[in-house]
Parts: sequence; structure tokens; C-alpha cells
Amino acid sequence: MFDFGIWTSEFNRFLLGTGMAEWLAVLIECIIIAVLVLGAYTVLALFYILYERKLCAWFQCRLGPMRVGKWGLLQVFADMFKILIKELIELKGTDKFLFKLAPYLVITSSVVMLACLPWGRGLQIIDYNIGIFFVLAVSSVGVLGILLAGWSSNNKYTLIGAMRSGAQMVSYELSLGLAILTIVVFAGTLNINELVMQQDKAWFIFRGHIPAIIAFIIYVIAATAETNRGPFDLPEAEHELTAGYHTEYSGIHFGFFYLAEYLNLFIVSGIATLMFLGGWMPLHVPGWDGFNAVMNWIPSIVWFVGKAFFISYVIIWFKWTFPRVRIDQMLAFEWKYLMPFSLANLILMAVFVALGWHF
Amino acid sequence: MSDIKDKILKIYPAAEFEQGDCLLVNVAEKDWHDFAARLKNELAFDVLSAVVGVDWKESIGVVYYLTSTSRAWEMLAVKVVCADRENAYIHTVSDLWGVANFQEREVYDMFGIKFIDHPDMRRFFLRNDWVGNPLRKDYDANPELNPIRLEDEKDEDNTYTLEEDENGNVKRRDYKVFQAEDYVVNIGPQHPSTHGVMRFRAAVDGETVKKVDVVSGYIHRGIEKLCEGLTYPQMLHFTDRMDYMSAHQNRHCLCLCIEKALGLEVPRRAKVIRTMMDELMRISSHLLSFGCTAMDLGATTAFFYGFREREMVLDIFERTCGARMSMNYNVIGGVIADLHPDFRKDVKHLIEIMPSRLKEYHKVFTGNIIAQNRLKKVGHLSKEDAVNYAITGPSGRGSGWSCDCRKKHPYGVYSEVEFDEVLEYGCDSFARYMVRMREIEQSLRILEQLVDNIPEGEIRAQVPKVVKLPAGSYYQQVEASRGTFGVFIESTGEKNPYRVHFQSPCFNLVGVMNLTCTGYMIADLITIGAALDFVIPDIDR
Repeated sequence: MFDFGIWTSEFNRFLLGTGMAEWLAVLIECIIIAVLVLGAYTVLALFYILYERKLCAWFQCRLGPMRVGKWGLLQVFADMFKILIKELIELKGTDKFLFKLAPYLVITSSVVMLACLPWGRGLQIIDYNIGIFFVLAVSSVGVLGILLAGWSSNNKYTLIGAMRSGAQMVSYELSLGLAILTIVVFAGTLNINELVMQQDKAWFIFRGHIPAIIAFIIYVIAATAETNRGPFDLPEAEHELTAGYHTEYSGIHFGFFYLAEYLNLFIVSGIATLMFLGGWMPLHVPGWDGFNAVMNWIPSIVWFVGKAFFISYVIIWFKWTFPRVRIDQMLAFEWKYLMPFSLANLILMAVFVALGWHF
Repeated sequence: MSDIKDKILKIYPAAEFEQGDCLLVNVAEKDWHDFAARLKNELAFDVLSAVVGVDWKESIGVVYYLTSTSRAWEMLAVKVVCADRENAYIHTVSDLWGVANFQEREVYDMFGIKFIDHPDMRRFFLRNDWVGNPLRKDYDANPELNPIRLEDEKDEDNTYTLEEDENGNVKRRDYKVFQAEDYVVNIGPQHPSTHGVMRFRAAVDGETVKKVDVVSGYIHRGIEKLCEGLTYPQMLHFTDRMDYMSAHQNRHCLCLCIEKALGLEVPRRAKVIRTMMDELMRISSHLLSFGCTAMDLGATTAFFYGFREREMVLDIFERTCGARMSMNYNVIGGVIADLHPDFRKDVKHLIEIMPSRLKEYHKVFTGNIIAQNRLKKVGHLSKEDAVNYAITGPSGRGSGWSCDCRKKHPYGVYSEVEFDEVLEYGCDSFARYMVRMREIEQSLRILEQLVDNIPEGEIRAQVPKVVKLPAGSYYQQVEASRGTFGVFIESTGEKNPYRVHFQSPCFNLVGVMNLTCTGYMIADLITIGAALDFVIPDIDR
């Protein structure tokens, strides 16, 4: 399988070979990577907007955007251009500093999470030994942005939206963390690269069988809630709170929330891919060497992105099928069912690991 | 009929009777409240169907239409007249019939009649700084008196109640609608799910609703006032613009009222066509309601499914009536145009595919656990409250109250077709929703019986060129998509009506918003509204 690490180390050697200082080489590399990440971020966000609109249209017996470009492919560019040139409206009575800070907090946390994902073999930007823990920590910064946005807007809708969002994110982060912890117990590592390499024989969802499948289902539910998507889209429930915490935002500040929301969908799908479906690892079945070789021909980045898109598809499918839950039902679901269940599942996984009942 | 006269004379010997299309009793104001209480408690007139203010120039007063559910839906009109036009006081009956609360506020707004002991004597539609009472005959419509005001309404929290002491002096006691410590969330008039320009102010405790205050009148067009200046054929088209989801039924009602007054016999073909159109309209309305309920719960996909089938009904309307909304199809004496040649084929197609589509709705939405949890045990409205607040139509039937006007006072050809009155006993939003879904099936059943039995013949009766109703007052009810729709016409024998009142079902529906929403959550306020299914132009006539 092709290792993208060859390119990066080759480039590093080339920069050093020109005789420049090491700090300068690292700086240049960092800038290039930053540009690439932001580029990937934008492209993915645009793709996701179109992806959701087309999928939703399909579920709803419609065509979706069709006018701009072939099959409406250029619609998202038009939308992005519109959002860029829109006025940033200053409101009376808002906390100006926090109001402007909030969208940046949200988008920063989501960009950093994007950088942690294992895109392909050797294509990983941030690789700590506590990788997955770092991702969870950074994801919590996003909720701070949402709370600030709701608070600083000085509007009752946004405040209720933000409070709902806070309650929701804090609650569902527990299940999300426990589902991930279940796999960490199984794998014995927090390092993202190692997590992927361990799935060389077979993906965790197959190796860990029953507890891993339960953890996967819990993860997908909790991730849907973490991304504020239907049926858990209460923070922005447009039928009750017009637009929830971002009611008062306009222009690119609104755009940041909007983009972050779509990118968070990709990120939680990416983490699900990493933890349960092998990350960029192709589908390997122990013993089927020919099959495995064929699978290896498909580039690792295609595997990762493809799997993430599939999980996003499932989450989008949820949104366009289910009605929205109510705040008390949502919290009761988490605290009375999902969290005890994920705790029990964690113990189950520990027992399985201790007794070696896995592949 | 003489039986009821005797009974009334027994409890109120001074009663004077007039015989119109239903028995009318004249009652002196000072005796009205006691008489009303005895009518309710002893003669079982448990429903206050309509409260109609009328300005007779030399005097001003109110006509109350009462219905007795236990006595075969017998109706009785009671007229209360105030001689003093400028200081007109009538005792409220909102303590007896909950529905009178908003109804009397409307009368106060439009006629300036003040109701003693009414708990909340604010204007209902107009701003509190509006000069004059528009439906009075001496109203000055000079635009300089009421310019377009660019500032917010002041003191909208202030209200008062009028109390009478033993000497008969009326005193005003002011108070506030919301207390200083209430956290009031404003919902509307521009809000995605108030289904129009409706405004609710909800005092919330966290997410729990403590009180809902209804602020109405944002699209009031003064239809009743406009009608007074128009001839009978001219005023027909307003009915399509009140509850636009019950356009056919509303117009049917007005035509029936005028035909009743004229003593006109409508050809049978027209009757069948009207009945079929009413049922198609009901299907279209309930499909919209299904879609909106689903959408207000966040299930946007189900909304599109409902609209997909609604399009078919609208296509049928378009072919025959030439319009998809505001069809303007019924006219005095019949209908305006004959059916499109494809009408029967289209209706048969609809009858054929709808059962499978209903199954699909139930699969996608009704059976969903989240939808059920959101709708069940939410927005409780007991049968007693439904009767007290005159909540008719699917919302009343969801509380187990048999109130279908098609069964109680049959019109059209409803007495000849077989259909069941759908009743649910859940008293919650889910019951109201299910009544609508099951009513679609019943409407299809009616259509199925009629589609092959449309008789040949005239589509409208011969109507005089100038329609003049004999002097008197007339009241007619039909079952619109959202409940009992009533039309009151008072005629002096001229070519235009002296007073027209439309008793719209949605007006009563918003009357129970506070009752049904209190104690539930903000999210429930929206779904309760969706399940009650009010249409704002029907409230703001």
C-alpha cells in the first residue's frame, strides 16, 4: 500500500538539502500544511452542503438544487460567495467582543479536530500518543463557542438555544467518550496511528464483535447529538427558536457556524471510521490473501473518505427521517438509557478483553 | 319548539320571543347573567356557538347563539340590548362558557360594549391606542384619526377588569398580564411555526410554559365591515380568504345562509358537487395539517409526502374551478361552473391511491417512537373543556366530543351518504392528529359513494338579478375543515347586508392555547398549536 509518508519525508529532505536552517524548514512545512488543511476544510464543507442537499432532496421526492451548473454542482459556490459578501450586522445590546469571538472558537475547534484524523497511510498531521483523547478535549471547546454565541447575542431565543446546546453536548459527550473508551480498552492505545495499524487484520467492529457493535451504535447516536443534528437539533430547532444560538449572526460569522456544523459531521464520521471501521485501513479478511491484495490496491485516502461519507450518509438519513425530540426526552434518553448502557458495555468489553473472547 | 318556550318562560317569565330560523329570546341586561346560568345548568345549553355584536343605531347589543348538545343540537338565540350606546355594559358570561372570553373581547374591540366582570378587558384585534370601534355604524373611518403608527404599542401588559358594586356603580381594577419576575418569550408574529402572523407571548420557567398570552389582529382585514358595503354576490369571495384551507366549506356556508333566507332550492347536481368539493377540501386541509404537524416536529420529509398528495387535490380544483387556492366556486343557488370532464377520473384516481399513501404516512411518521412521545399526553384538553370552549372539529373530536355538524345539522347531501364521525378519546395532540388522519379515510368514503352518482341537471338555480334578503337575522353552520363554521346575517331588506358575522372555528382554537400549553414545554407549545391546527386568517377576519 502506498505510504504518503514517502512524499513528506522526501520534501523535508529536499528543504534541508537546500541548506536552510531546520527551524525555517519546519516553518515552511507548517505553513503548507495549514494551507492544505484549510483548503481541505473548505472543499469538504462545500461538498457536504451539496451532499446533504442532494440526499435530503432524494428522501423528499425532490431534485434539490438544479439550476447553477450541471445538476446544481455550482450551487454551493454561489452560496459561499453570497455568504462572503454579506454584511456583518452589528447589533445593539450585544457583548461585542464575545459575539465576534464565538464563531472563531467554534471553527478553530473543528479545524484542529480535522487535523487529527488519519487521512491515509502516512497522511496524518497531528499524531500524539494521546491522540484520541486530544480530539475529545478539543471538541469540547466548540460548545464554549456555542454558549458564548447564545449568551452574547442578548436574545431570548439564542439564550435558550445555547442552554439547550450546553446541556446536550455535556450529556452526550459522556456516552461518546465511553463508546470510544470501550475501543481504547480493547486496543490498549490512545495513539491514532496505532489504532489504525491494529486494525490491519480486521476492523475493530469485527474483532471486538458484540461490545464493539454496541459501542458503534452508541457512538453514532451520541455523535448525532454532539453535532446538533436531527433528531437532536434542539439548539437550533427552527420551529421553536427560529435558529437557536446563531439567530443573530449574519455573513461569514454565520457561515462559520454553518461550515463548522457540516465539518463536525465529517469529523465525527471520521472518528467513527477510525475507531470502528479501520480508519484508512482497507477491508481485510484474515486468510483471504488475494482479496486483501485487491483491497490494498484502492488508495488509503479513498478508504478513509469513503467510509466517513457512508457514516455521514447514515446520520443525514436520521435527520431527514426522524422528528425532533424534546429537551426532557433527550436528557432522559442520555442519562437513563444511553449512559448506563455504555458503562455496562465498557465493563462487558473489559471482561471480553480479560478473557480473550475476541479475534 | 313550544316546549322550550314554556321552559324558558318558567325560568324567566319576562322573556319575549321572536321566531327566526331559530328561536330568539329578548332578555333585559340586568337579568342576563342569571338567565344564562340557568340556561346552561337547567336547560342544558352547554355550548356557546357564537357571540355576535350588532349595532341597531338606536341601541347596541349582542346576540348569543347557544346550542344544547343533549337536546339534539337545538339552537337558541338570545338578544341582549343596551339602550345607552356610549356606556354600554353587559355582564360577562365568560365564567359560564370559557369561549366567551375571547369572543367578548372581540365584541368590545369592534363595538365598544364593555363586559362587567370579564377577567381581561383588552382589545382583541386592534391596538390599544386605536380610536373608535370599527363595526359601529357611527364609526369614523377618517385615516387622520388612526394614522399608520410607527412606534410600538405602549403598555401592552396593562389590562383591567370591570367590577360592579351593590349600588350598580362600575369600577375599573387595573392589573398586569405578566408579572415583573416572569421571563416572557415572544413567539411571532414573524415566526416559522405560528402558521401565519400570530403572536404568542409565553411566560416560561426554564423550558416550562407558565402562561400564554395570545396577541392577534396582525392581518385583520375587516371582512365583516367590508361586507356591509357590498351586495350579497360580491361578499361571497371573502369567505375563501378567511380559512383558505376551508374555502369551499366556508363559501358553502354563506351560500346556504343566503339561500335559506331567500327560500331558494338548490338543484341536486349542485348539492352533490358542493358536497364533493367540501370533502376534497377537507382532504387537502388535513393533508396540509399532517405535513405541518410533522414539520413542526422537525420531520421535514413527512411534510413533503403530505404535500405530494395535496397537489393532486389542488390539481382537481384547478381543472374545475380555475384556481388552486381561493377557488370562488360556490355561488348563490349553486356553483359557478360545471365540472371538468376529467373530474370523475381524477377523483377516482385519488380514491385509489390515497389508502396506500396513508399507510406510508403512518409508517414514516405516525408509528415513529419520537413522534408518538412528542404528541401523546401533550396538550391535554378534556371533553368538558372542549365543550366549554366550543372547540369543534377534529380538535374537539380528539377529546371525544361528538360535534360533527354534518351529522348534527345535515346539509348538502350528507344525510344520504354513509360515513362515520371519527372520535378519539386521548384528549391530547396525538388524538387530534389521528382524528384528521382517519377523517381523510371517511372523506374518501363519501367521495367514493358520490363520484359515480353525480346527477345530471342544472348546476345552479334561477337567482334574481338583485339579491335582497327579507328583513331578519339568519344563522347557518357547516362543518369546515377545522370545526363548525357559522355565518350570521342580519338584513333590513336592502341589497347589502346590515351586519354579517363569521363565526370561525380557529378563533375558538386559539382560545384554548393558554389552557392546553400551560405546564408543558416551549417545544410543546409549537406542536400543540400544530395539532390544534389553526389558520390565522380565519381568526383575523
